[in-house]
Amino acid sequence: MFDREKWAEIFDTIGKNKLRTVLTGFSVFWGIFMLIILLGGGRGLRNGFEYDFRNTAVNSINIWGGQTSVPWQGLPVNRDIRLTMQDLEAIRHGIPGLEHISGEYRLWRGRSQLNYGENYGNFTIKGIQPEYRMLEQQTVIAGRFINEVDLADARKVIVIAEDAQESLFKDEDPLHKWLQVNGIPFEVVGIYQFESGGRGQNQSSSVFIPLTTAQRVFNAHNDVDRIAFSFSESTLAGSKMAEQRAIGILAQRHRFDPADERALWVGNNLENAETFGQVFNGISAFLWIIGIGTIIAGIVGVSNIMLIVVKERTREIGVRKALGATPANVVGQVLLEAIFVTGLAGYFGLVCGVGLLEWLSGVIPPSEMFRQPEVDLTIALYALALLVAAGTFAGWIPARRAAAIRPIEALRDE
Amino acid sequence: MIELRGIKKAYRTGSNVLQVLKGIDLHIGPGELVSIMGSSGSGKSTLLNILGILDNYDAGSYHLDGKLIKDLSETESAGLRSRYIGFVFQSFNLIGFKNALENVALPLYYQGVPRKKRQEKALELLERVGLKEWAHHLPNELSGGQKQRVAIARALISDPKVILADEPTGALDSTTSHDVMDLLLSVNRDLGLTVVIVTHEHDIAAMTSRSIHLKDGRIERDVTNKPTADVR
Repeated sequence: MFDREKWAEIFDTIGKNKLRTVLTGFSVFWGIFMLIILLGGGRGLRNGFEYDFRNTAVNSINIWGGQTSVPWQGLPVNRDIRLTMQDLEAIRHGIPGLEHISGEYRLWRGRSQLNYGENYGNFTIKGIQPEYRMLEQQTVIAGRFINEVDLADARKVIVIAEDAQESLFKDEDPLHKWLQVNGIPFEVVGIYQFESGGRGQNQSSSVFIPLTTAQRVFNAHNDVDRIAFSFSESTLAGSKMAEQRAIGILAQRHRFDPADERALWVGNNLENAETFGQVFNGISAFLWIIGIGTIIAGIVGVSNIMLIVVKERTREIGVRKALGATPANVVGQVLLEAIFVTGLAGYFGLVCGVGLLEWLSGVIPPSEMFRQPEVDLTIALYALALLVAAGTFAGWIPARRAAAIRPIEALRDE
Repeated sequence: MIELRGIKKAYRTGSNVLQVLKGIDLHIGPGELVSIMGSSGSGKSTLLNILGILDNYDAGSYHLDGKLIKDLSETESAGLRSRYIGFVFQSFNLIGFKNALENVALPLYYQGVPRKKRQEKALELLERVGLKEWAHHLPNELSGGQKQRVAIARALISDPKVILADEPTGALDSTTSHDVMDLLLSVNRDLGLTVVIVTHEHDIAAMTSRSIHLKDGRIERDVTNKPTADVR
């Protein structure tokens, strides 16, 4: 392996056929380069989607009321199912392992107007319960979130986001200031961190008020639009069970067929995450297949060139054998050359691919679809192992051909 | 040194069987200088291949230095070649991208001799064939006669028992032919090596002490030559 003579000969043959070697090496370079770029890009897509889900407790379920589509117990179809606080309490007590639960009553921003003095703004108003903060993983950066006392007393308090603070209060400190919501005064008690984007492409934030206050102020009695809850179980089967149990409870209370898929709209985040995970695993597998296909094209190129080299050097190999070279010597020589060419070219591909990804993640702004394309060490190691295997494979057939050359070739006249 | 008994060799091409050697009995003693002569198709190349362990034979037996050479693996025959036999070829067969010194040292590389030792010995031999100053020249910078002298040095470096020369002067003019022959003769005389020269030139054959004439796969004549005045 570390034999000066062998290396001298490899460099000599490479030197005599620079263009040919460079072109061959380029195909391997390109294969590895593409593999790294593809896998890095796939990783960027995955990172983008994972980023979207960062604000959602992954083991949570959301339920919205729908409309029945199947007659049940003599009741007609097309009944609206409206969720209430009683439904929420029934779920709270009926789901084993339930962690957090919150109802939500929502006023879309087209129907709301907030103002502080002369500054106006439209924000979606959400009436929520304190545990909402855990479900949506909101970070409070000043003051506090909605608490149980706010809820019990139906206080007129409001938690706003940074962008609302900016448009309504400018440089003023909003805490304990009173702003108007559709003409009703609310006291600002907290500010939470808002990142634009995410699922649903929210460009502006929501503001939070106590659920009880919302129901009272907007004449919603004890209706809720959405019930969200999380549970300790983190397996897909466990989440499906919690989902079925919640549907069962609501079906009994509202008298609809539990199998009626349109009576309720159910979003199971764990299931969604699982589905996305599978999609991205599929994409990864697909990218590997393409990348490996490209590398195989490169291997065939190297193998071809080595076959020509062996053919050209038939006489020389014959002479070497007459002088005492064993088949193992000859095979070693050809294999080493093939591994060297593929290894070096592939290593360049690896470095260039990683370099390009680094550069890309610097210049492409992170978004929901794509962020931080990268390759981890494991992938790089796989690629490297693939290279050595590729080199060995590329050299194998030519090496066998070389070993089969008979030493009497040396005696043949030119 | 070389003991052939009833050697037969046939080549099959399709349904045709060409019997090239039809039973060769030959004894060559240690230190002999022998030429093998014959027209093309007489089987002299095949005989040389068998002597050089480059090819196998169908029937008979071949003993080299008392050792039976039969049914060897490629690795075994490579080992025997490198220890027993030094080859000199008609077209020199020097490796083009290696200089004279490296070419001479090559057989020792396959014996696993350290680089420094190889080169020392190669330089010694180049000095012996009178090409010490040319040690670092590539083959294409040497004349034909010089190339063949490098090749002879290469054949000698592994201290073989037998030198097999296949038309060593076939590509040379008559003056350089005589220089090369002188060198082979001195190798035989001074080092006591067995030298077998395949040639079709009578004046070359006349310089050896024994000529074996092949015809149609058999030994036609086995002549002992008178010592020639040609040897300088």
